[in-house]
Amino acid sequence: MNAIGKLRTEVTTANGLAPLRVLSASGQLGYGVPEVAFNEGVKRKPHFIGCDMGSIDPGPYYLGSGNIATSDAQTRGDLTTVLRGARSINVPLIIGTAGCAGASPHLDAVLAMVRDIARKEGLHFKLASIRADMPRDAVKSAIRGGKVKPLGAIPDLTEADVDASTQLVGQMGIEAFQRALNAGADVVIAGRACDTAVYAAIPGMLGYPLGPAMHMAKIVECASLCTTPGGRDALLGTLDASGSGSFIVDSMNPIRNASPMSVAAHSLYEQGDPYRVYEPEGTLHVDTARYEQLDAHRCRMSGARWEPATQFTVKIEGAAKVGERALMLAGCADPRAIAAMKEILPAVEKTVRELTAKTVTEKFEVYHRVYGIDGVFNWPSPPATMPREVFVMVEIIAQTAEAAKSVATVFKQFLLHHGFPGRISTGGNLAFPFTPPEVVTGPAYRFSAYHVMEADDLPALFPVSLEEI
Amino acid sequence: MKLIDIARVIRSKNAGPTTLTLDLLFNDEAGYQLALHSPALQPAAIAPLYGLRADQVELIPYPPAMAIKIAMDRTIVAGNPGDRDVYGAQQHTPLLELDL
Repeated sequence: MNAIGKLRTEVTTANGLAPLRVLSASGQLGYGVPEVAFNEGVKRKPHFIGCDMGSIDPGPYYLGSGNIATSDAQTRGDLTTVLRGARSINVPLIIGTAGCAGASPHLDAVLAMVRDIARKEGLHFKLASIRADMPRDAVKSAIRGGKVKPLGAIPDLTEADVDASTQLVGQMGIEAFQRALNAGADVVIAGRACDTAVYAAIPGMLGYPLGPAMHMAKIVECASLCTTPGGRDALLGTLDASGSGSFIVDSMNPIRNASPMSVAAHSLYEQGDPYRVYEPEGTLHVDTARYEQLDAHRCRMSGARWEPATQFTVKIEGAAKVGERALMLAGCADPRAIAAMKEILPAVEKTVRELTAKTVTEKFEVYHRVYGIDGVFNWPSPPATMPREVFVMVEIIAQTAEAAKSVATVFKQFLLHHGFPGRISTGGNLAFPFTPPEVVTGPAYRFSAYHVMEADDLPALFPVSLEEI
Repeated sequence: MKLIDIARVIRSKNAGPTTLTLDLLFNDEAGYQLALHSPALQPAAIAPLYGLRADQVELIPYPPAMAIKIAMDRTIVAGNPGDRDVYGAQQHTPLLELDL
């Protein structure tokens, strides 16, 4: 019997479905899974273990480059912990958004690690992988059919954006995970996926009510972040099918207590709308949710509603390379230079563009940030009093790394010696803690797509592959 | 009364790369109600602090956590060239000095 068949037998009783225990190992695999809490969770005999591995939050670089944000050693360590844990009690392990961004290079890197770990640890299981790379022709055809809409403040998607994207993924929902589990998977490693789908797929296919199941998924996917004090420790969700359904959250670290306030507040986190969560197959409504304290450590939630979609939709995310980046890094402590810095930088840029016109013939972009004045926030007016010191970062994005570095180097020299009105300290306008002060940081990317696409054939977008490990 | 005197959390974070959200959490119902109805927190007052129009800002009351969410367009897609804050985690600062 396959893993999902075994689970179905376990939870099916004469009086209906038994409570389903779901262990959330990590909200972001690869930054360390606290082992004491995780091991405590495994002792509670969860019916399956889930972890999320990614997010769009770290920006377009990781998606575009195909690189993983977490370190190789830490990622391997965390994968070893959760694979060992799940195999030790023979329950499914579900991992969403492999390798931070969930495109094929990320998924392939994680699959290679999983195979390697299994060989070293002597683990055997049926592994399913689900790709999330969007077929370019299908996306272009959807654009032509008016079936692609922007998500928030981003222009309409064009076919040129699709062509420019080095990676283009879609967020899979519960359907893809359910297909992998029905095919007999013990371990599912998914490309880009909704974090909720990791935890709601199994409850959905076993017949638990989807409203509370999805609400639980939304709360547990960040592990113990919904408790006070919030943290990264594993969290156990227990889903009860009786009545209209409810679930309990229980942090596996005894110092992290869930309260109605802490769990309700978690619905705000990184959500544009705290009352609705949009998934490919429908919408979760939490405006009717109830939160009750069960004891000092645990909370029970009920009342969330699931509204199935009349039209499936998929969020698509793409990143395109914009050039190669170089930085010029320097400090300044001269009060006159600091006061004039916002005028000095554009003046130097003008000079640098003239001087490099013959050597750097392709277009390049320059961004200046003055930390201490407006490096972090785009303030409408300068500060009332100027800071004692500032940090200046000049960013160049050019077509080649050599061109970007060349512009940064010329910029450094002319900013150092720029004569501005009122200058009395003529030795140089900048302090460098070391040289060279120019750094080449590699390719720069932009988000080319953050849109929602109508889709009729979800299995065609998210193909499942199986292998015996 | 300043917002910081009655709020226990004032934070900002992206909700996806095109939306910035501000979460304000309060200790008690009185503080929550005071802030919710303050003209200083309405979209027309918040928008100019972020270089936006009022119709690009939405205020969402969230009574279960005695919280207010303010969702707004990002002026630049997160992490695109020219951005200052990829995660949007340091965009709450103008609210710290806000008079209600």
